Amino acid sequence: MTTQLIFEHSKRGRRGYRLPALDVPETTELPSSLMRDEIADEVEVSEVDVIRHFTRLSKLNVSIDAGLYPLGSCTMKHNPRLNEEIARTPGFALSHPLQPDHQVQGNLALLWHIERTLMEIFGMPRVTLQPVAGAHGELTGILMVHKALAKTGNARKYILIPDSAHGTNPASAAFAGYQIKELKSNSRGTVDIDTLAAAVTEDVAALMITVPNTLGVFETDIKKFADILHEKGAYLYCDGANLNSFVGIARPGDMGIDVIHSNLHKTFSTPHGGGGPGAGPVGVSQKLVPFLPTPTVEQREDGTYYLDHGHPDSIGRVRAFNGNFNVLVRALTYMRSMGPDGLRRIAQIAVLNANYIRARLRGSYHLPYDAPSLHEVVFSDKLQTAKDVHTLDIAKRLMDYGFHPPTIYFPLIVAGALMIEPTESEPKEELDAFCDAMIAIAKECEERPELVRSAPHTTPVRRLDEARAARQPVLRWKK
Amino acid sequence: MTPEDNRYAKSHEYVHPEAEGDIVVIGITDYAQKELGDVVFVELPQVGSELEQGDEFGSIESVKAVSELFSPVSGEVVEVNEALTDKPELVNTDPYGDGWMMKMRLSTPEEVDEMMTAEEYDEYVEKESAH
Amino acid sequence: MSLPDPRTDQHRYISNASQDVGEMLEVIGIDDIERLFDTIPGDVKLTELLNIPGPWSEIESRRWFRALAAKNLTAADHVSFLGGGAYLHYQPACIDQLLLRAEFLTSYTPYQPEVSQGTLQSIFEYQTHQCLLTGLDVANASLYDGSTGLCEAVLLAERVVRNRTKVVIAKSVHPQYTETVRTYVQNLGYEIVEVGWTNDGRIDTAALRDACTSDVFAVAIQSPNFLGVIEDYDTIAQIADAAGAVKIAVIAEATSLGILTPPGAHGFDIAVGEGQAWGVPTQYGGPFVGFMVVKDALKRHMPGRLVGETVDVDGKRAYVLTLATREQHIRRGKATSNICTNEALIALAANMYLSLMGKEGLREVGQQCLSKAAYLRGALQKVGSVILPFSGPVYNEFVVRTPFPAAEILADLEHAKILGGIPLGQFYDGHDNEFLVAVTELHTREHLDQFVAALTAAISRERR
Repeated sequence: MTTQLIFEHSKRGRRGYRLPALDVPETTELPSSLMRDEIADEVEVSEVDVIRHFTRLSKLNVSIDAGLYPLGSCTMKHNPRLNEEIARTPGFALSHPLQPDHQVQGNLALLWHIERTLMEIFGMPRVTLQPVAGAHGELTGILMVHKALAKTGNARKYILIPDSAHGTNPASAAFAGYQIKELKSNSRGTVDIDTLAAAVTEDVAALMITVPNTLGVFETDIKKFADILHEKGAYLYCDGANLNSFVGIARPGDMGIDVIHSNLHKTFSTPHGGGGPGAGPVGVSQKLVPFLPTPTVEQREDGTYYLDHGHPDSIGRVRAFNGNFNVLVRALTYMRSMGPDGLRRIAQIAVLNANYIRARLRGSYHLPYDAPSLHEVVFSDKLQTAKDVHTLDIAKRLMDYGFHPPTIYFPLIVAGALMIEPTESEPKEELDAFCDAMIAIAKECEERPELVRSAPHTTPVRRLDEARAARQPVLRWKK
Repeated sequence: MTPEDNRYAKSHEYVHPEAEGDIVVIGITDYAQKELGDVVFVELPQVGSELEQGDEFGSIESVKAVSELFSPVSGEVVEVNEALTDKPELVNTDPYGDGWMMKMRLSTPEEVDEMMTAEEYDEYVEKESAH
Repeated sequence: MSLPDPRTDQHRYISNASQDVGEMLEVIGIDDIERLFDTIPGDVKLTELLNIPGPWSEIESRRWFRALAAKNLTAADHVSFLGGGAYLHYQPACIDQLLLRAEFLTSYTPYQPEVSQGTLQSIFEYQTHQCLLTGLDVANASLYDGSTGLCEAVLLAERVVRNRTKVVIAKSVHPQYTETVRTYVQNLGYEIVEVGWTNDGRIDTAALRDACTSDVFAVAIQSPNFLGVIEDYDTIAQIADAAGAVKIAVIAEATSLGILTPPGAHGFDIAVGEGQAWGVPTQYGGPFVGFMVVKDALKRHMPGRLVGETVDVDGKRAYVLTLATREQHIRRGKATSNICTNEALIALAANMYLSLMGKEGLREVGQQCLSKAAYLRGALQKVGSVILPFSGPVYNEFVVRTPFPAAEILADLEHAKILGGIPLGQFYDGHDNEFLVAVTELHTREHLDQFVAALTAAISRERR
């Protein structure tokens, strides 16, 4: 089934809307030089056309509602529908970002409560809710570090980042004005305390580290890392992308971490929506509180709330208005649904599920790092390359078994990585079905490698010519 | 076969002497293009740029990787291969011929003599891929 | 000490119960789930539960959250004239219904194209709409919002025009956008030069000419600007061109593109803005959707994701993320932006809105906004003591001045169940008696007349 573009459905004279008739005189006040001609090639379709089109498009996607979506580092967990309902409450959905505080006491209270909840989860004194994505939070956090250091007279030059890190870490650090020094991982895939100690000079502003790291391995020496950095006046930044593995079990603040961002679209269940929206609140230690973005949400003694713009050392605002408010509404709904016991339970079951997959697939796939892992497990294609079958092929073949593939070729320190994160949502039967499929594919790699190499066979489209897309880019439809 | 009339750099660029004068042709080796996979874009320097040995002169992109290109010699860029703008795949199909990248006028011709011969480069590649 | 076992009451979002857990632990070869956390040092492990409320049933959550929402005064039970970068427009009913389809709502970034063609094709369509509307060549898959979009545009411009240090931003660009740019570039060594406006509310072109020195890499203006006034693209483009600066047009009211001449038709290099007006709820400021459209020559400098057309092995047309080497997951510290997660679902909503409204509807929305704003302006000009301080052409938003502090006037309007506008004094010194009023197709003539009556009454009350 080839799906036409909405532009190709267009037929002259069709219409998908009706507005009330204009009840004031039509103006011709503007000079014609300011007016545009008809928007050539814009669509003319009916509501029926639109609903059919997008419903058909949706059927070309797989989703977490249809089954396991084991993308490592992405935390594809169940997205509760209560969150969606609450976010659509007119009092939230129709509130306007520039209303004065007294008109939006409900919103401010909500922001105040989610900040308090995150402060407790992080074990940190304050949290900014303005960043709207993980990378946005990273930038915010590193800008705060820069400003805090600059205030002491020297903003320093480098951010240390392990070679297993997400690409957003070095990119964010660079946009915040720093150069990057990469730290080599040791044989466990973690950072050696000696490697770190040698790298932390007076020029180092911070270490940016993912805990647990992208192999799912917890940095057991994290508190010592903090001590080494703090002794030299540097900061410890934690990428909280993997918070789902230890929420309610341990707190970043208790580990000596100075800054952490959390992706609410991961740990706190707000839907990924095909790539966003998200939210990336940032928690900070006491030393960094003066540098938080403005405005902050504060409570008066009489219990009312207000936006406080008065922070002279603030890095400034990182976005217009008040962050992705309606993502925060969803996340707080989830936090309340789970409660303290539930949040702890998600970490336990997420880690249990990942370790179950690890135990079941061990032997069928190579495990490049054998250290105990938490919420995700990284295999490689080392056992399959002998038959000239590679990670990409295995990933594509999984689609034929009805599963979305894991994250592939990441982290970069594993050649041919298959990074699997099941989350706590998955029932044992689903994990078993996935493991059975993976084991069957390993067998196919031995017996019918061509079948795997040419996969997928059952998806709406098969493998794409990505080189063609990049060589002569066609980035829009043209008549 | 690695052409014998070229010299090679550890960063996998080759230098091909033109028949006359101090002009050389520079590109990347067959081994390098295979490692990269389908080349989708080549960024080349401005004609007239002065480059020192080891300077970055551009970059080469496959679908999911990007590598910097380093000048194996010093001199002035006198011509770049405009054909790569529309057909970057020439680097894959004919790295030593139509897939060349730039021509340079050498300022320090001795640098070429210090580069690897075809035989030395083949040995070097063998060691690197065994690694 | 160890924590008490999780309570026996099973949580509704977690499937595995104690029998599953027991079976799985056996396969793993341990007897206690706590052992899985042995790599976390004991001295950082919590010994008690977090001190937060819950777990709540849906019934309890609804009760609490609805009570909070009820404390807000909103357009749900007031007539609202609020704009300033977030506008109340018609939202076709089918959009939200379609957005709730799980295949859109609960899928990830389309990194595996074979099982993500729905998302990919929709982004391709969204990119096409953006190009048609702005008159430019290449649009990306979305940015966070208008303010961070402007940041990305400024950073892009600097990559293209190397070795210059200044960016000129009109003072009439949304002040929170400019504030955000200040935050983004604070360590990059650029100087932001602001250029004010003249009596008509348009940018001061003489001052702009003076500001456009040879060290300026970009000029950013907004149209309609924050005062609601439509700028003269051609004159601004000429001045920027003379300095060799990249021309950035900011659009904060996206429906204006349905009727006003687009920046691409006047030589602008980058159009960047806020797509919220395309039927996205104002929801206290987010999530919104930032759009960016550039000239073809700039496409390899573009931040964020791009979807391109290609074919599969059977020759079937298909879509895929492309030119990815610009992005952070490949180029890391040298990427064109750090953006990863964007606003895909809101971009999908925008695609649906633009498709439903289509060629006719986009114009009709524009025409209604224009006409209703003109009607209200006409009526206000007849009210004693009310001044419309800027004479330049407007789309659907404009500044109103009275002899009294805006906050007091607006408080009076609030009593009449009208959210009357946004005080300008919070953004610009010396403008305490002015506020911004936005009108859209949702307003009826009756609403507009109510506004005039309420404002007239407020002024006479203040006089007393």
